[in-house]
Amino acid sequence: MNTLRLALAYARRRPLATLLNVLLLAVGVATITLVILLTGELEARMHREAAGIDLVVGAKGSPLQLILAGIYHADAPPGNVPLSEVLELRKDPLVREVIPLALGDSYRGYRIVGTEPALVAHYGAALAAGRLWSAPMDAVLGSEVARATGLSPGATFAGTPGRGGGGAQHRGTPYRVVGVLAPTGNVIDRLTLTGIDSVWQVHDAHGHAAAGPAEHDGEPEAREVTVALVKYASPIAAVRLPRAINARTSLQAASPAYETARLLTVFGVGTDVIRGFALLLVGASALGLFVALTQALDERRHDLAIMRALGASRARLVAVLLLESTLLALLGLALGLASAHLLAASVGRWLPAAATLAGGASTWRPEEWGVVALALGAGILATVLPAWRAYRLDVAATLADG
Amino acid sequence: MFVLTGVAQRYGRTPAVRIDAWRAQPGEHWLLAGDSGSGKTTLLHILAGLTTPTEGSVVVGGTDLATLAGSARDRWRGRSVGLVPQRLHLVAALDVRSNLLLAQFLAGLPQDRARVDELLAALGVGDLALRYPRQLSQGQAQRVAVARAVVNRPALVLADEPTASLDDSHAAATLRLLRQQAEATGATLVVASHDARVRPLLPHTRMLAQTPR
Repeated sequence: MNTLRLALAYARRRPLATLLNVLLLAVGVATITLVILLTGELEARMHREAAGIDLVVGAKGSPLQLILAGIYHADAPPGNVPLSEVLELRKDPLVREVIPLALGDSYRGYRIVGTEPALVAHYGAALAAGRLWSAPMDAVLGSEVARATGLSPGATFAGTPGRGGGGAQHRGTPYRVVGVLAPTGNVIDRLTLTGIDSVWQVHDAHGHAAAGPAEHDGEPEAREVTVALVKYASPIAAVRLPRAINARTSLQAASPAYETARLLTVFGVGTDVIRGFALLLVGASALGLFVALTQALDERRHDLAIMRALGASRARLVAVLLLESTLLALLGLALGLASAHLLAASVGRWLPAAATLAGGASTWRPEEWGVVALALGAGILATVLPAWRAYRLDVAATLADG
Repeated sequence: MFVLTGVAQRYGRTPAVRIDAWRAQPGEHWLLAGDSGSGKTTLLHILAGLTTPTEGSVVVGGTDLATLAGSARDRWRGRSVGLVPQRLHLVAALDVRSNLLLAQFLAGLPQDRARVDELLAALGVGDLALRYPRQLSQGQAQRVAVARAVVNRPALVLADEPTASLDDSHAAATLRLLRQQAEATGATLVVASHDARVRPLLPHTRMLAQTPR
């Protein structure tokens, strides 16, 4: 016999109430933790994918759209800009690197990006098979694209206009897979890369207006790209370059750091609502625990009195009650944390759009310590009044009142 | 074994119990007699250190209870006093054996399962060790409560109306049991009862007068 076994015996005696409170707490804990894991991973991922890119330059429009299209490949771009103007940026001493991207088609929902090999270097991606593109219509697949489509070097495929999986394919100008990249955990895993001229060639063949005038002139002036990723050469560029670019009539510069922060603030409102709801659940479970313990105390006051008669001190009674509620809180906490991590790991199955956030499941975020404190605090708070009443129990009167 | 001197317990201005002097030798078996409301239970609680009398001194086994406070008094009680309350108050969440182990645990004594099982067997409830209190008959529960009271070999065993709900033969058997168990450890026994059947079964009687209202 010891305090732990005594506490367990009491928890076992009321299995339904115990189970209900544990589950209620577990649901609250799981909800909060899941929000923490997913938003944490989202933020980490957004920062990771934007890392190293100081500025995105593209057509005038929404700067956020420019970032979403140019870095996260999660939106259609605002429009095209002349390649010549983008290349002009390379002459600026404040600019260290310019990587132009021509966006337009996709294959099975994965975007095809016309760019330069510098993009591969930027994301630190290595070739898992084959080689990089060299001729028009050569294509290199990101690891996820290769996995999802099952294509390997030597295979051919035709792109579809836009980002969707449907639509008329450019059957006349198929791409040929020449290489596959190793996984990086970055957005490049979900891209199909090719030379910029491939994109032009596809659209010239189909007479798409988006890719500029027809094939009769191969001069760069007439060619267009969608966005350019810019890296600064010096910190001064952050002050001068965006203003200088925005002052021009056709170009717009958007800062990934700023736009990402703005986007996360917008998300934050939504996740705050979920967090608030989860807090409510934890509060409800604390209240349930409080009611259960207080009710149990009425039934148990004779037990507590006889325990005092058998030599237990007041502190011992408080310890038994505290241990009991702490055990339940720990159980709910463990159950909640475990299910949150399991749910996060399988997030792709119930929320395909969030599949890329599953990576957060295996990490322990510092905010989770807050959840631990919250759950244990709720358990202890629920015990304060019952424990106080146990402490103040009039043993003689309770034994005598039958 | 214990000496009560000028003890009175009042609730407000009404004295619940008053006893000028009472001295018991070690190993003596006493009946504490008196009508309902004469303060028998209160006096047992005073002897057990559960209630501090408003007046007088209580010395049990050489210890002046006034000198014991808080957890020291709880500790003393756990080791020195065995109480069989009128309603028994077995802990419903624990089986019979655990109820006895609980008494050892709460008294801060080593938990001796052999002693527990031996005692249960001696009291004729050896086969009920794994039953829960709600599965016991009144007579069985009473035996378990007696076992719990003597398991720590206390110097003083107190029983509150142990025969109240029993028929004649069971009443006599319970008294015999209490006396046997007290004798086995040399404990002083005090049985509080208004039951006339008990009187011839105990050698010493202390009568509590109805307190003046």
